[in-house]
Amino acid sequence: MEQVRDNKESVKRYAIELTVNGDAHTVVVKANTLLVNVLRDGLGLTGTKKACEVGDCGSCTVLLDGEPVDSCLVLAVEADGHEILTVEGVAQNSQLDAVQQAFIDKAATQCGFCTPGMVLSAKALLSRNPQPTEQDVREALAGNLCRCTGYVNIVRAVLAAATKQASEKGV
Amino acid sequence: MLAGGTDLLPNMKNDLTAPTALVSLKKIQTLQGMTYVPGKGVVIGARVTQNGLVRSSLLNQKYLSVSETAHAMANYQIRNRGTIGGNLVSAIPSADLPPILIALRASVTLEGSHQARTVPLEKFFTGPRCSVIARDEILTEIAIPDQATTGSAYIKFGLRRSGALAVVGVAVSLIAEGMHVEEARIVLGAVAPTPIRAREAERLLTGKTVTEAILEEVGRAAASECKPISDIRGSEEYRREMVGVFTKRALRKALNLTTSDGSRKTG
Repeated sequence: MEQVRDNKESVKRYAIELTVNGDAHTVVVKANTLLVNVLRDGLGLTGTKKACEVGDCGSCTVLLDGEPVDSCLVLAVEADGHEILTVEGVAQNSQLDAVQQAFIDKAATQCGFCTPGMVLSAKALLSRNPQPTEQDVREALAGNLCRCTGYVNIVRAVLAAATKQASEKGV
Repeated sequence: MLAGGTDLLPNMKNDLTAPTALVSLKKIQTLQGMTYVPGKGVVIGARVTQNGLVRSSLLNQKYLSVSETAHAMANYQIRNRGTIGGNLVSAIPSADLPPILIALRASVTLEGSHQARTVPLEKFFTGPRCSVIARDEILTEIAIPDQATTGSAYIKFGLRRSGALAVVGVAVSLIAEGMHVEEARIVLGAVAPTPIRAREAERLLTGKTVTEAILEEVGRAAASECKPISDIRGSEEYRREMVGVFTKRALRKALNLTTSDGSRKTG
């Protein structure tokens, strides 16, 4: 990570390397730029939502090296050299991920604002625990608030995705 | 100083603090990881995250209560970023890790431009968001010394199961043989400007064989020793009452009289 130039502004700028949804990017960011703003404003990936911006709501959840984090609480410079997955990178070759398909099948999307964060938290859960209990799902999604309060169908969708993935793998 | 940023960044956003520069601790390798050092105990790097504490096989084996405490904090995303060092240095009265670590006799190492020093965690906090750490120091590691403790527990009372600060938090560690308590440490969180030892309650328990009547008496003593404030999460009177309740529950858990969720074992 290199400092770009000290142009006498009070805030310094740095060139950082991010791998976002598999694509390598070099972006110049201010020292105080948040990861969520680089993704949305710098890279145009507006699937990642902003709401509370203080780590309460989880709508800005992305996977940092496979682990869910609130991208409003990560300075972009801290993500230098790391891999980010946003909701735009979840589908592969226009094929929806099992979690995304289950959200459609179980009508787990109401207004949709929390959905990207929910999908990423759920996807990370299924990678670390392919056969979660309902309690596991609720705990994994506890940092993602749905103000439509559509949690019942969201939990159903994650459990359905787990079942589907397990049957596909022949477990 | 920036570690996980889960406290600092919201504070900056809410204009509670406006640092002109941040120093990231990210690349200091020695702040990572957790090991057992003979003679020193379990040594935890300051940058170990709360999820790191939850997953640690070393803690799960030696001090499950610390893992359980970390597990009850915030939510998954925050636990992936928030660090043990940050939780201590931010010195918030309702923080969950200080009570259980004080109960387990932990100490912290502070390093700065002068010689490194080790401070018992019990002596670390001086007030809300205040501690003995100097401006030029960082907290580098937390050590839980080898001890004869037979059981420990932290029970948090929050208004929700997740993402809630403690209204009351009670940590205990005991050296007991069956129901006979030889030594007890009881630490209360969120009910005073800093975590506090409930020394009268500890004294009442020491050398006793635990009965319901003794637990009742110990709970009452702890309730009278705390100095809670009234705020949006609970009144002073309510907090005091809950200190009594949760002291008893934490003791039952440390004595293995209850299941892991704090409900009483039957039979």
